[in-house]
Amino acid sequence: MSAEEKMPKERIGVYVCHCGSNIAGVVNVAEVSKWAGDNLKDQGVVVSRDYKFMCSSLGQELIQKDIKEQKLTRVVVAACSPHLHEKTFRNACKGADLNPYLCELVSVREQDSWVHTDKIAATEKAKAIVAGGVSRVVHHEPLTPLKVPIHPATLIVGGGIAGIQAALEIADAGFPVYLVEREPSIGGHMAQFDKTFPTLDCSACILTPKMVDVGNHPNITMLTYSEVQKVDGYVGNFAVTINKHARYVKTADCTGCGVCWEKCPKKVIDDKFEAGLGYRKAVYTPFPQAVPKYPVIDDINCTYFQKGTCKACEKFCPTNAIDFTQKNEIMTVEVGNIILATGWDLFDARRVPNYGYGRLANVFTNMEFERLSNSAGPTGGNIVLRDGKTTPKSVGIVHCVGSRDKNYNNYCSAICCMQSLKFAHLIHEKTGATVYNFYIDIRTPAKGYDEFYQRIIEEGALFVRGKVAEITDAARNPGEEGKLIIQVEDTLVGKQRRIPVDMVILSAGLEPRAGSKELAKTFGISCSADGWFIERHPKLDPVATMTEGVYIAGCVQGPKDIPASVAQGAAAAARILGKIQQKEIALEPVRATINEEQCSGCRICNTLCPYNAILFHEDTMVSEVNPALCQGCGTCVAGCPAGAISGTGFSNLQILSQIDGLLLLTLDKKKEAVVA
Amino acid sequence: MNEETKPFEPVIIGFTCNWCSYRAADMAGIARMKYAPNVRLIRLMCSGRLDPTFVFKAIAGGADGVLVSGCHPGDCHYSTQNYKAMRRFHLMERVLTQMGLEPGRLKLLWASAAEGQIFANEITKFVEEIRALGPLNWNNSGVKVPEVAKEEVPA
Repeated sequence: MSAEEKMPKERIGVYVCHCGSNIAGVVNVAEVSKWAGDNLKDQGVVVSRDYKFMCSSLGQELIQKDIKEQKLTRVVVAACSPHLHEKTFRNACKGADLNPYLCELVSVREQDSWVHTDKIAATEKAKAIVAGGVSRVVHHEPLTPLKVPIHPATLIVGGGIAGIQAALEIADAGFPVYLVEREPSIGGHMAQFDKTFPTLDCSACILTPKMVDVGNHPNITMLTYSEVQKVDGYVGNFAVTINKHARYVKTADCTGCGVCWEKCPKKVIDDKFEAGLGYRKAVYTPFPQAVPKYPVIDDINCTYFQKGTCKACEKFCPTNAIDFTQKNEIMTVEVGNIILATGWDLFDARRVPNYGYGRLANVFTNMEFERLSNSAGPTGGNIVLRDGKTTPKSVGIVHCVGSRDKNYNNYCSAICCMQSLKFAHLIHEKTGATVYNFYIDIRTPAKGYDEFYQRIIEEGALFVRGKVAEITDAARNPGEEGKLIIQVEDTLVGKQRRIPVDMVILSAGLEPRAGSKELAKTFGISCSADGWFIERHPKLDPVATMTEGVYIAGCVQGPKDIPASVAQGAAAAARILGKIQQKEIALEPVRATINEEQCSGCRICNTLCPYNAILFHEDTMVSEVNPALCQGCGTCVAGCPAGAISGTGFSNLQILSQIDGLLLLTLDKKKEAVVA
Repeated sequence: MNEETKPFEPVIIGFTCNWCSYRAADMAGIARMKYAPNVRLIRLMCSGRLDPTFVFKAIAGGADGVLVSGCHPGDCHYSTQNYKAMRRFHLMERVLTQMGLEPGRLKLLWASAAEGQIFANEITKFVEEIRALGPLNWNNSGVKVPEVAKEEVPA
């Protein structure tokens, strides 16, 4: 082989990051960079360096300086996961006039130093990973991101406080919003609460003005009593199919006067809004301040739908707004971005049988207590026992029901401590009863929260540190007769206690919505093992998801309180507004292309594509990929028997070369073994 | 320790998809879960991108085992492409078995982005299984597999 032929055609720079001691603590970075500089010369490595923090501005400047001075044509950075800093290093290259796609970030942190303890093996592995990256980067091509127009409208799923905040932010900025809510009214869980901690603002008083704003906003289309069925498309251009359930009420004619629900003879236990404590009619709005004001007819309970006669609502409606012939309506809306703010479900306290919920009458859940204490609730705000009249003289509040418990959910539900303290205050204020809090730890980490805790202690609430073992009505002495007895180990005193009370409130935790996994699938995002939706980065990108154009806000991402939910709603809105303002969006240029010279027209790829992105030209008998529809999965590339399809960014040559690189050391070693 | 008593350290090439299994590997890293250092991962956008050639190439190039991983069936970021990977996997397994390879040298693993622990445990298990099978050394026996054509593919 002549010297000229051996000359590598690219000039590659290799940069190995210490990441403080994150990488350097396990991997001998200096050795890796020296090895790459010495042994990968024939592949084109001309510079190989290690540096404390490659992602710092000094680290990036180092790369940029080398690109300019050493005339680098390719860059390999061995540092953290490409999911964290691929963009950073691509931008650094771009800043030095090198096409950003000529940079390869290989992970020696998440996949090496953080998961291995054997320093020698980890260093060898890092060399292999760097060699893989170098072999691969040679075959990178300069790419330009695809630009597609972005639809200015946004879909928000879930009309709780997070969704409301996001809708208002985007609509106020002048862009259209579709707000989809499953229930007949927006408001979410916050509409059910009595007071909010720690300020004790009346929840409805601060929420309803926002709900009214949403209802009146010219840029917001509210789609209540509706659910998303299907999502097609991609960032900038989603087509969302929504099923609008029949309300059986003509919203154009209805004035929300309320005659229909006054006249409706059918009473139904309201297990949603009133948490099972109160009743509603078969035609109803969930609560008086509902937005929109139009009622819905619940066809499962309506006498007319079940037995064929009644129609009392229709008879008395002054504007003839009732329409029993309405059908579900399927509609499709086009949006550029999506926010999921579908919230949470309450942990079912029946799952803890030793706490007796559902069996012992005066054991309540936190949601039931919220309604009990709410002056708009079924008791008019009187805190009474299940009999509806007796005021309790002593109340036990059990924290962490279903949370921080390996039998149920391992996580902390974040809001229950403060909610329980709020309950203690409300009970104290309204009934003067003795209040016991049974807690594992008190967690009051936000502004004004610990001050609130101190205030509750000063008000005389009693605190017992220990996980409640059992709640029972089996009395052991006359003093316990007719009471609920809380059996608990007081871990601060170190002894078992039996505390008789009249009422028990279980602070049940927050759980992902039933069906959240299906919802995640519909929108193409992922759930954690618990079922909460996964954010793009747990610290630095908490409202974006791995799917471009799909954002999350509020409890759908994990348990959180109202201020945090509002902040996330606004944050997601801000992210989307930033995108809409740019009018077009840059898509990763990872796409398949078909070389028509090589295409045999077999059409195997046509059926492999889940996006119908491959068209077959009958006249020329070849297939073609529509780059706007292609999502870049590469299945057609692997499936083409003629090898006519190539996948940008993940070409056969790139991956086969990476395999070569990863196995370089192994081959050397095996050759040595054979020679020996 | 002399060469004789040194345990055999297999080299395994692992293919992961960008959305689930690579993220499971990231998750294992972030949570500092420990696993055997014998696997070198290659990121594909989807397990459906896995061309069987990649697996043959890895084995011919000196790997002692190959791991193929992707999103759980039904969870594919590209809707159903992991099923296509699954079909190809079983076909590859048959072809390689007919060529005399122990079927245990190939492994298919579904791991979601949250399943770092499963990913780490399965890798450690797989490494032990390959260790028990011993070195493959395909690249040293018989005729050497010629290098894959490195010339430019005509545009």
